[in-house]
Amino acid sequence: MEICRQDDALQISDLDPFLAELLRQIPQSTSPDGAPAAEARLFSRPSAEKEICAEWKNYVEPELRRLFRTATETVAADLTQLNGNEKSLRNRTLRIPVEHAEAWLNTLNQARLVIAAKYNFSEEELNDHDRSPIGSRRDLGLFQVNFYGFLQEFILRELGGQVGSAPD
Amino acid sequence: MSAVSAVQLEKGSTSTVEAPVREKETQGEEELDVPWQVVVHNDPVNLMSYVTMVFQRVFGYPREKAELHMLEVHHKGRSILWSGVREPAEFYVQQLHGYLLLATLEKVV
Repeated sequence: MEICRQDDALQISDLDPFLAELLRQIPQSTSPDGAPAAEARLFSRPSAEKEICAEWKNYVEPELRRLFRTATETVAADLTQLNGNEKSLRNRTLRIPVEHAEAWLNTLNQARLVIAAKYNFSEEELNDHDRSPIGSRRDLGLFQVNFYGFLQEFILRELGGQVGSAPD
Repeated sequence: MSAVSAVQLEKGSTSTVEAPVREKETQGEEELDVPWQVVVHNDPVNLMSYVTMVFQRVFGYPREKAELHMLEVHHKGRSILWSGVREPAEFYVQQLHGYLLLATLEKVV
């Protein structure tokens, strides 16, 4: 796999079918359905104050859900480039428009947090980057978290010069 | 936060973490209100580089200051990013949740 910036796009090329499949799984990996710990992590409590939490649930949480869903839809649309069977996925290239980079950062983070919460990975496990081979669904989950983190690092590096100031 | 990015960030820095300077809102009479603080808590999943980027974006902090707060979160478990009146504090927490950071709004005791 090669990853680089090509003009106005981030390009992941020479993808083997396994990594292509992991990329295709990003959108579905963001779903906390059936995992209360993952739901709790995506929508964490904003305060110890009950009144603030109640208001938050009514007014802010729907906005956050919309934000996360929109980002995931953008990523899913980009990933249609990888549609096809295993044979056709050999040596495929994925182009991510730079204007979609924010959506990718957000969606990758959703996926990493949801997977980590579902498997309840410890900090030690998350920092064990040499763990191999993949022998269980849990190992695969940890590999996904690390692979998606690698993609986040690349996108962050490419966006490095574009971090602007927040409004007052 | 991820050790990979921790190593990368800490290669060029000293081994001690200085306490970041906290921003304080000064808006006349509003200052008399009960002050609130925006606190970010450690999360072993979020990348250190990502957290630094978020602090730059949300608070407009320069990279060095954002990294100091990020390292405080990483080493001490939490960092106070901002303090002042409730409304902007809530807005900051909402933005931080949009970036999926563990952030809370706390009354200053």
